[in-house]
Amino acid sequence: MWLTNSSIGRKVIMSVTGIVLILFLTFHACMNLVALFSAEAYNAVCGALGANWYAVLATAVLAALVAVHFIYAIILTLQNRKARGNNRYAVTSKPEKVEWASQNMFVLGVIVVLGLLLHLYNFWYNMMFAELVQGHAAEVTLGGKIYEPTDGAGIMAYTFSQPVFTVIYIVWFVAIWFHLTHGFWSAFQTLGLNNKIWFNRWKKIGSVYVTVLMLIFVVVALYYCFCGGCVAGSGCYSL
Amino acid sequence: MAKNISFTLKYWKQNGPKDAGHFEERHMENIPDDTSFLEMLDILNELLIEEGKEPFVFDHDCREGICGMCSLYINGTPHGKTERGATTCQLYMRRFNDGDVITVEPWRSAAFPVIKDCMVDRSAFDKIQAAGGYISVRTGAPQDANNILIPKDDADEAMDCATCIGCGACVAACKNGSAMLFVSSKVSQLALLPQGRPEAARRAKAMVAKMDELGFGNCTNTRACEAVCPKNETVSNIARLNREFIKAKMHD
Repeated sequence: MWLTNSSIGRKVIMSVTGIVLILFLTFHACMNLVALFSAEAYNAVCGALGANWYAVLATAVLAALVAVHFIYAIILTLQNRKARGNNRYAVTSKPEKVEWASQNMFVLGVIVVLGLLLHLYNFWYNMMFAELVQGHAAEVTLGGKIYEPTDGAGIMAYTFSQPVFTVIYIVWFVAIWFHLTHGFWSAFQTLGLNNKIWFNRWKKIGSVYVTVLMLIFVVVALYYCFCGGCVAGSGCYSL
Repeated sequence: MAKNISFTLKYWKQNGPKDAGHFEERHMENIPDDTSFLEMLDILNELLIEEGKEPFVFDHDCREGICGMCSLYINGTPHGKTERGATTCQLYMRRFNDGDVITVEPWRSAAFPVIKDCMVDRSAFDKIQAAGGYISVRTGAPQDANNILIPKDDADEAMDCATCIGCGACVAACKNGSAMLFVSSKVSQLALLPQGRPEAARRAKAMVAKMDELGFGNCTNTRACEAVCPKNETVSNIARLNREFIKAKMHD
């Protein structure tokens, strides 16, 4: 199978799974955008997803995509280290046009996965997982308060009311931003959908797209950090 | 006006691929700055021979930037830092300052084992080329110039790809030890021309398979190769190779 036993094939796997994950992030950002305008509307979205079969199926597919992307990242990194050999250069210099992110994709990826685990613990565990285990009448207790698993806005307000999580999430978003600034155009390059003209176009499109995408996440997190109390109807505690 | 400079030279000594290797240091006095880098190394070797020591081994041949033989990693950059794309033999001592420390290392990559000192075995490139970097279709006797029409842009692009001299700077610069810039240039120079098309799919598959087999790494698009290529090959060649390869595999 050329996808697994050729270097370009393995890169195609990285590229396709990466693009699908960017599309998922786009969906997620659109969903979060709703939370900026109305907590009820956001909770309606959470309710529509919840532990329904299509949401569970989509989650399983996403988990598989992340797993494949991560496993192949490990395989490729190990192979590349081996190809590099054991002898390191005594003096190195980074040419200007080499982006920092492009040479640190694996490290950034590990940060992204660690953040993802925290994110799953903060939200998925209290939302979809709680519903799967306890059924539709599920309740979760966070910080001494009882939440419905579909009360996404409430759980968000609770999580970001703790500044440590807001800070960790923003660091996480920055890591994803770095990862995607390289990943976006690199995916199209790997698929061969690139040439001298499209090179700069993909890079520009990628930076704009990824920056807007990650800004949405940052803005929603900050909004819930400072105004979460008002949104979730428990009073404005930040003032 | 030419002036003379004095500097410290740190150069890599290694007895064959299994040896651990080490740096040797030497203070070079009064080297005219219009000396080429390789001439400076010739001066070093003359000094070493006079002292009855073993000369420093490095690859070189045409010394005019077209053969692809010279291959030194100078101060962290393959072929050293030059104003435009140029090979080690086109690097002059005027690029350095009095009192500099100049570090000379071999290409370091698993696929390029050290033969001695800074001379590395780059026959892996020949093997990749032999796997498909040619055409075997009958093109017949020389034809009328306008019998096969080739757009000027394509002809120029093919020529630019063909200027790759296979020096291996791309592999040396790549943190993944990937040979994609070399292979993609060699695939492109033929894929862009009508005579190269009949065997394009077979060529892309065979050359990539050979490249993987010889232990070169997987390209992660860092563009370090493009930044150091003495012939200014671009990563758009790599996109073309990816395209050729994926199309060929889809067609199977």
